[in-house]
Amino acid sequence: MKPAPFDYFAPTSVEEAVDRLAELGYSGKVLAGGQSLIPAMNFRMARPAALVDLNKIEELAYIRPTDDGGLAIGTMTRDSVVEDSDLVKQRFPIVAEVMPNIAHKQIRNRGTFGGAIAHADPAAQIPALTLLLDAKLKIISKKGERWVDAPDFFMGPFMTVLEPEDLLAEVLLPGLQPGTGSSYKQVSRQKGGYAQAAAITKVVMDGIKVKDVRVVLFSVGETAILTQEPARVLTGQVPTSEAIEAVAAYVAMNECDPGSDIHGTTEYRRNLVHVLVRRSLNEAIERAKK
Amino acid sequence: MTESFISKSIKRNEDPRLLTGKSTFIDDINLPGMLHVAIKRSDYAHGRILSLDTSEAKKLPGVVAVYTAEDLGDYWHPGPLQVPPPTAIKGSVFYARPLECIAKDKVRYSGEPVAVVVAESRYIAEDALDYIYLDVEMLDYVGDLEKALEPGSALVHEDLESNLAADVVQEAGSWDKAVAEADHVIKKRLVVNRVAGAAIENRGIVAQWDDNMKILNCWATTQGPIPMRNSIAKYLGLLENQIRMMNPAIGGGFGPKIMSSQIDDVIVPWIAIKLGQPIKWFEDRRENFLGTTSERDQVHYSEIAVKNDGTVLGVKDVFYHNTGAYNPYGMTVPLNTQTHTVSNYNIPNFFTEIKMVFTNQMVVTPVRGAGRPQGVFVMERLMDAAAKRLGISPVEIRRKNVLQPEAFPFHTGIIGQDFVEGILDSGNYPAALEKTLEAIEYDKFKNEIQPKLRADGKHSGIGVILFTEGTAVGPYEGAKVMVGVSGKVNVVCAYSNQGQGHYTTFAQVAASQLGVKVTDVNVVIGDSGQWQWGVGAFASRGMTLVGTAIHQASVKVREKALNLASKLLNAPVEELELNDGVVRIADIPEQFISLGDLAMKANPTRGTVEEGMEPGLEAASYYGPPHGATGFGCLGMILDVDAETAMPKIARLVITDDCGTPVNPMIVDGQIHGGLQMGIGEAFFENLVYDEYGQMVTASFMDYLFPQASDMPDKFEVKHMVTPSPLNPLGIKGVGEAGAIGVPACYMQALEDALYEHDLDIRESSINPSKLFHYVKNAKSA
Amino acid sequence: MADKVNVKITVNGKLYEREVEPRLLLSDFIRHDLGLTGTHVGCEHGLCGACTVLMNGESVRSCILFTVMADGAEIRTVESLGTMDNMHPLQEAFQEKHALQCGFCTPGILMTAVEFLDGNPNPTAEEAREAIDGNFCRCTGYENIVEAVQLAAKKMAAH
Repeated sequence: MKPAPFDYFAPTSVEEAVDRLAELGYSGKVLAGGQSLIPAMNFRMARPAALVDLNKIEELAYIRPTDDGGLAIGTMTRDSVVEDSDLVKQRFPIVAEVMPNIAHKQIRNRGTFGGAIAHADPAAQIPALTLLLDAKLKIISKKGERWVDAPDFFMGPFMTVLEPEDLLAEVLLPGLQPGTGSSYKQVSRQKGGYAQAAAITKVVMDGIKVKDVRVVLFSVGETAILTQEPARVLTGQVPTSEAIEAVAAYVAMNECDPGSDIHGTTEYRRNLVHVLVRRSLNEAIERAKK
Repeated sequence: MTESFISKSIKRNEDPRLLTGKSTFIDDINLPGMLHVAIKRSDYAHGRILSLDTSEAKKLPGVVAVYTAEDLGDYWHPGPLQVPPPTAIKGSVFYARPLECIAKDKVRYSGEPVAVVVAESRYIAEDALDYIYLDVEMLDYVGDLEKALEPGSALVHEDLESNLAADVVQEAGSWDKAVAEADHVIKKRLVVNRVAGAAIENRGIVAQWDDNMKILNCWATTQGPIPMRNSIAKYLGLLENQIRMMNPAIGGGFGPKIMSSQIDDVIVPWIAIKLGQPIKWFEDRRENFLGTTSERDQVHYSEIAVKNDGTVLGVKDVFYHNTGAYNPYGMTVPLNTQTHTVSNYNIPNFFTEIKMVFTNQMVVTPVRGAGRPQGVFVMERLMDAAAKRLGISPVEIRRKNVLQPEAFPFHTGIIGQDFVEGILDSGNYPAALEKTLEAIEYDKFKNEIQPKLRADGKHSGIGVILFTEGTAVGPYEGAKVMVGVSGKVNVVCAYSNQGQGHYTTFAQVAASQLGVKVTDVNVVIGDSGQWQWGVGAFASRGMTLVGTAIHQASVKVREKALNLASKLLNAPVEELELNDGVVRIADIPEQFISLGDLAMKANPTRGTVEEGMEPGLEAASYYGPPHGATGFGCLGMILDVDAETAMPKIARLVITDDCGTPVNPMIVDGQIHGGLQMGIGEAFFENLVYDEYGQMVTASFMDYLFPQASDMPDKFEVKHMVTPSPLNPLGIKGVGEAGAIGVPACYMQALEDALYEHDLDIRESSINPSKLFHYVKNAKSA
Repeated sequence: MADKVNVKITVNGKLYEREVEPRLLLSDFIRHDLGLTGTHVGCEHGLCGACTVLMNGESVRSCILFTVMADGAEIRTVESLGTMDNMHPLQEAFQEKHALQCGFCTPGILMTAVEFLDGNPNPTAEEAREAIDGNFCRCTGYENIVEAVQLAAKKMAAH
């Protein structure tokens, strides 16, 4: 299983990279960590004519605190660096909680935070985190720089607004409201494997009432899904177990579109969404109360 | 007394070289001028070849040659059958359709080789595959075992009247009589899934033709070096000893590496001779899924006849067995299923019928377990069904029907893979059952723990099943043992080692006779230049057959050494001791001679010798048992299930195993661990799946779920019994497949117990959370 | 055909400067260009872990990295551990616990364990099990590997 030949460029600056991408146009492809791309190339399912390797661009790997309590994460920051970062643990414990579920250590040592977003695998964790956390994505091309909100970024499975000459440069995570509780629940056939369904929740409580809630699903649709029903129903309300159960049931039936394959039927995976949304909401609320 | 190393957990001789990366595996062999092969495989499951255009591929820089069936000319022919069908079973039919090394007129499965590229590198060889164009007239895909036998089905082999590959009926006692006397007859349709051997190392072969010496040097990952060598010799018209077949270190076997007369060993040596350059083919993982044999895949229509008191009167089992597109491995797998269906129990009446079916899928040959898990699965599921019907516990019905210790040797009346009647040589099955029940605290779990868990809304279930492992079948193996002039011992055999520890266990056997350290025994396995008689590594037979041959040869060498020492030391043999590499007079320890000196003296270079003298401290021996030795055991499992997500987790796994004398208990445990892992994989993770067009949808580890460390229970609780086999001097039975055999049956019993309130009836050997969810859902709506 | 690229890669302390095709997988570079065949290849799609090596001290799957991506990096393979006569405590522990059978996956597991024990010198069984979760082994059922990793930690602490 050897990849087809390709031309290779290893720029050392963003400027050089975007110049090269502009020149290559549709024949070029960005190589970040390569942990999804290279297997696909080994199977010859992906055959880019040219790769622009970002691994030598040191300016793209960083985790910087922002004034609003958030973080700016450079696109080439390795997953394992995000996972182990104290800043991430302090400011976004949910990110630190999710990261170890991505494949295995050897993959996280090379896979990158931005690479996973640009790859836009509907079964991937990091795109879902960008929806949960209102991420803003900085895109640079030879024409200049622009910011896109996470919900506007993902177009479909493995499809984003990125044009061939674009480079995803930074992920900006705005600071969380104080008292945010969050929770991650997934079911996968094996540890490190693709989730059959997953739910990530963040909640802010106002006493016994929900002030703000957001539930994101992934692996159960063409992209990660920012659900509407939890916020619509639970905001300003006491989250009774009946209300949570009803929200979870609604989300499972109406806000996801899981496919059917050898590992799980659509019906089974809707059932998982139901269970995981409930569990995730309950845990996030408990944590928010603390 | 010479120190015995039998039944000692001795560290392995082979480990330092494996641990330091110094072992040579097939892909580590690099020879000057070596060229690389890639195989073009059909993307179609079933079709008539209209055209195959390789002209563009040949033009690619770095491509040396491209060959199709047409290019092979008269060299191309199917076969031979690797395993003949049994002739001893009256009325059986078998339609032999051996493998075609490369498809000629038709493609019969997706992944079947159609062309071979030879290039300067594997990268270039794979590039060339893109420029080979295969055009076929598509034919209907044959994939469903039962529909394949219906009139009007497309035919995998159009010269046959149907897709029936074989039909074998065996009956012991009378099923009709059992039905007549029974209070209940329970019927079940049971489905067994398909799994891969999935050794971490794929298959490979390297061939190098020495045109001066007219010798073909071959290295292959084969589990059967001598049969492979002989197949190559026959193809090429060479004498056997013109081919030196060598096993490098092999990265796991698990069955599929037994196959020969396939694309690799037929074509690669031919190319090496034709081009006069060394050739390497090393399979990649995708090819391994598509084009390496795999196993299981049966559909059983089974019945059990019982009396109200739980006595089993009989079993009937008619099953469809998928052989894939060809049947080169004869009847081995389904015969194992037949012999393992009733083997733990006293079943006076047993009717069993194999319907072997050709399909447009990869060929089926043994994978660790090899038909045995299917038989055990059917029997144990029938026992569970009978227990449920009668309202007795699964343990009670087993206690009532298990074969008693005084029944041995027990004649089953069923002919097995070695073409003789299965005879269970020895054992104590009830003791294995009781030992397991005690270890897993069955009564405590059922009476105290489980009721509390259920009261808390938790779902935890227990399963206990019995299994046998027919091992150590013939025909024979052999070995040669020699003491060298250095005093070290050389053992050579034509077996094959894929990690079983033979470099140590075979050494233990020889060292125990020859009074040397285990580390001073060099074991050579699978080098036809050094020893050329043997059959191969399958059916858990290495330790028993080769081990016995080594034992016998070592006894002869010992006698030779002592007789010679007796003359030289001028003392009767009875007064001599052999230990620490020297022969001493027991009462006069300062009078001794070393084994190395004896070896030197045993090979005089001048003078005369006595008539009939055989030089050297060397002897060969062969061992072929009258029938196999049967290991046995009992498996117990506690399974926790998250009822909402249908995700199970194994909380406890207890196995009691009896493989006769364990030569190296540490290695025995390792074999059992590995087997259990495969069994767990089979029950819950692994599944080879073809879609409705015959495309394999699980041709990578992304879709074929390989069991990981976190999928295992925290501890394999292994208990042992030792009932030495009366068939061989060391009392050995095999153990390689033990762990793999019983897990699916035990898993399903435990699952049904965990989700007791739904009264599930699980009818397949492999489950996943989604399937379980639907079982529960269907039970609720029923 | 794509142009070859010059790379400088340090492997087991020795600097190699080579011209390579961009598509050359790091696993093939290590095994076939450098002849360090202790690193094995089992799947070439980043799942089995047999090809695990250390890159700048971190475990990576060399079958899903292009050699050019390792330009300037320090690679460590199994050959950097002990020798047959003088094994590394980790290797000794694997032999003592019978943590290998065919041994094909073992070099990848050893390198995974080197990184793991570096960060966690006294692991629980659960931690050790999780650490090797990304390395497939078909022979052992993993239990003895878990025990060997723990034993190695004790041996290394005593050194």
